[in-house]
Amino acid sequence: MTQDNTLYDVMVIGSGFAGMAAALFAAKRGLKVVQAGSTGGIDFSTGFIDLMGVHPISEGKRWMNPWKAIDAVVADHPKHPYGLMTSDEISASIDGFTDFLAEQGLEYVGNDDRNTCTLTSAGTVKRTYRLPKSAWKGAEAFESKAPTLIVDFNGLKGFSGNQLVENRKERWPELRTVRVDFPNGKGELYPEHMAWALADPANRVKLAETVMEHAGDAEYIGFPAVLGLIDPQKIVDHLEELTGKHIFEIPTMPPSIAGPRLRAVFDRGLPALGVQTLSQKMITGATMDGGVIHFTVGKGKAANTVSAKSCILATGRFFGKGLKAQRDKIIEPVFGVPVCQPEARDEWHGEAFFDKGGHPVNLAGVEVDSHLRPLGVDGSPMHDNLYAAGAVLAHHDWMRMKCGAGLAIATAYKAVVELAK
Amino acid sequence: MKVLQTRVLILGGGATGTGLARDLALRGVKCILAERRDINAGASGGNHGLLHSGARYVASDMEAAIECREEGEILKRLAPQCIEDTGGLFVAVEGDNEQYIADFQAMCDRSKVPARKLGLDEARAMEPVLSDKLIAAYEVEDAAVDPFMLSLDNLAHAMDHGAEYVRNARVVGFDVENGDIKCTRLRNERTGEEFLVEAEIVVNATGAWAGQVAELAGAKINILYSAGSLIVTQDRLTKRVVNRLRKAADADILVPGGTVSVLGTTSVTVDDPDHCKPTVSEVDRIIEDAKAMMPVLETTRYIRAYAGVRPLVLSGDAGDARNVSRGFSLIDHAGDNVDNFVTITGGKLTTYRMMAERTADMVCKKLGVTAPCLTAVEPLPASTMGRWTEPGLGPKSWIQDRNADDLVLCECEMVSRTAVNTIVENMGEMRGESMLQAIGLRSRVGKGPCQGGFCGLRITGHLYDEGHQQGQQGMDELRQFVGRRWRGFSPVLWGLGMVQADLQEALYCGALDLELDDDDETCGDE
Repeated sequence: MTQDNTLYDVMVIGSGFAGMAAALFAAKRGLKVVQAGSTGGIDFSTGFIDLMGVHPISEGKRWMNPWKAIDAVVADHPKHPYGLMTSDEISASIDGFTDFLAEQGLEYVGNDDRNTCTLTSAGTVKRTYRLPKSAWKGAEAFESKAPTLIVDFNGLKGFSGNQLVENRKERWPELRTVRVDFPNGKGELYPEHMAWALADPANRVKLAETVMEHAGDAEYIGFPAVLGLIDPQKIVDHLEELTGKHIFEIPTMPPSIAGPRLRAVFDRGLPALGVQTLSQKMITGATMDGGVIHFTVGKGKAANTVSAKSCILATGRFFGKGLKAQRDKIIEPVFGVPVCQPEARDEWHGEAFFDKGGHPVNLAGVEVDSHLRPLGVDGSPMHDNLYAAGAVLAHHDWMRMKCGAGLAIATAYKAVVELAK
Repeated sequence: MKVLQTRVLILGGGATGTGLARDLALRGVKCILAERRDINAGASGGNHGLLHSGARYVASDMEAAIECREEGEILKRLAPQCIEDTGGLFVAVEGDNEQYIADFQAMCDRSKVPARKLGLDEARAMEPVLSDKLIAAYEVEDAAVDPFMLSLDNLAHAMDHGAEYVRNARVVGFDVENGDIKCTRLRNERTGEEFLVEAEIVVNATGAWAGQVAELAGAKINILYSAGSLIVTQDRLTKRVVNRLRKAADADILVPGGTVSVLGTTSVTVDDPDHCKPTVSEVDRIIEDAKAMMPVLETTRYIRAYAGVRPLVLSGDAGDARNVSRGFSLIDHAGDNVDNFVTITGGKLTTYRMMAERTADMVCKKLGVTAPCLTAVEPLPASTMGRWTEPGLGPKSWIQDRNADDLVLCECEMVSRTAVNTIVENMGEMRGESMLQAIGLRSRVGKGPCQGGFCGLRITGHLYDEGHQQGQQGMDELRQFVGRRWRGFSPVLWGLGMVQADLQEALYCGALDLELDDDDETCGDE
């Protein structure tokens, strides 16, 4: 076992939205940050930043104004994590997050007091708060129902222009689709490879030529999100120049490019802010030693120890491995924080997958005090210097409330504010 | 209203119904097989897939033991494509009844069911996952059968000989006149359209629903619904079928099926066969009990559970389901004053062919047809319709006929676009209605660890691309498909299963909003 002798101000465990945001905000405050975590939910992200969209979920009631939706959800569920902070703090967190993305070349747009409707690859319409700029014109096209061509590619599975058009054609008659060959693309195509290929301007010229044969009177052209890994806007701009049309992207189902794009931003941007990243490393143990926490990172010979004065637990839910479901109960594996959960496994889920009420287990998670410190069995904070943020928190259903990234970013911000006090 | 005419109308597309269609077709008798949902929707699709050697019944039912032995031999010879001749073991562990163990060999001998006593080390060498608390082991001739391939092959062969098949067709009533069913009223469950079938004879092969169907014709059958749940492991744990050597109880049998193993079953009496589904507590009970036989069952990953209903026909008083005969019931409803109506129910998968033969004999006698039964001598041909249910066929064919443009749509089971197209093509007139569900039933799609989480969406997109889906129909079918898989997925969600479910919900609800109605184009209320 090796040892990192630096005493960090904060260890961030997790590299999904919450972990990335926590590391970012802590570093921006001048704290000495170390971050660990395996590939997290961010790699499966659509790239959209949802703030709050649906409440109550049992009615499927959608909200145009996310702030009013937050007020409503907090009024009905006072323990919802949004209840732990002011709207100014939430707003500042989202802005801080997207400003950083913009500095790194990934611009985000949206309206401050309004959600935006946008298309998904399945042809459904999703409401979100902030979109990558490369997707923005899709929202414009959707709103105006302008003549639009959706392009899909032979060999790219999980994206069907026909499906998208069939699902929207009644209310959007001037939506069409065409399937074309990707420049030099044969066999099965992967969004990441396509994105790399489009870094070459010559391929963009070829793509534009192919698509223009089918564009006709379309004012907008939508592509699956494959338009570049590092700088999608540059490619969108170039395609607009080549075609004379408005260009936009639609996120594909995983594996997509939207997640890796975000990850790439943090992989570049966090070390530049002085964050020590232990990427692809899991925390396998943590011991409290007065005001310091000693972490074991990784397993066996490759393991090392890292010490920090405080910790933000941003490990996500089951997919992120922040919560672990055993046959008889749900546990939090790093610190053994008690998990608020339904009493028995047969109460975890509803009878129908698409149950309108959502599954009770989605509300399970770690309970915190007003400073975002996880509560021990006796209801008081487990440790003075341990904080939690993101999906690992109890009392939210991000998937149905449409508050995933927003909740992750806002609680990460708040946790950093609290620990910096 | 559409009126179809035929000599025999068979209700129910399980092993018996499809077996009967084939039997009649081979005798030159025209028939229509009508199924409320699709092939094997009932008990034929909800069992272990175990071809019994008979050893399971040597203590309780000698006749059943002999029938199983004889039928098993016939099927191994005539339908080898549907059977994996795994062999089987009966094992006992510390605490099991020693008298039962001591009597086992003699009971097998009495029914001429081959059984060979094994040394404990020998048994554990054959199946290393067996408990080290083993106290007895016997080798028997059990095998695994793919019930979907079996029914699809039977159906395909029947259709080759002129039988017709209608799916999604529910019986809504019979017009009985002067002691005869003049016509059967059916409703297409997808379109709501009603149609009639005029047949000389109607056979009720609806399994657990036989009582409800008979009642529509004014006949009465007393059926006890015994629901049984089973769980599927992600990996195959044994080469052979492993039975617990004890008086039949829950969680006694582990059956290998291709790349997985199936563990079960339970026996719970339910009041309505439609109310049968696997539950969390049953899954836990099965694991708790069966781990004595194989400790690995405590920690292995399970990918889904499922349940079926055994129809147990009661002749006298209702009792414990396990003590009611496992034999079949062939009922001539002439006794209920409906002369041209016959019910075949009960029995077991292993003896389906014989049940079909006896039924066809009765039907032919009534029709005055003298052609003999051929199913005991004529091989059951392997069909394209059934072949895609075979585990491992997906990857094999994909590698063999590898064509760069043939994308794999179901990654767990390696089912490619071409395979899906072949399945759709083979469905012929059956297609166009609840297509995704039908593809799942005729292939391995949705049966792997993702349980439809990814392949459901990909195949839906492909069906839109091929023009098989229009408007919102494909999305509705996707929701139904995922919902249907969920029944079996939700009882086994811990460990990696929970991780998978979390991802599936993040995709379908978090990213695609599929849980919301799609009728609102505004961003919502202010």
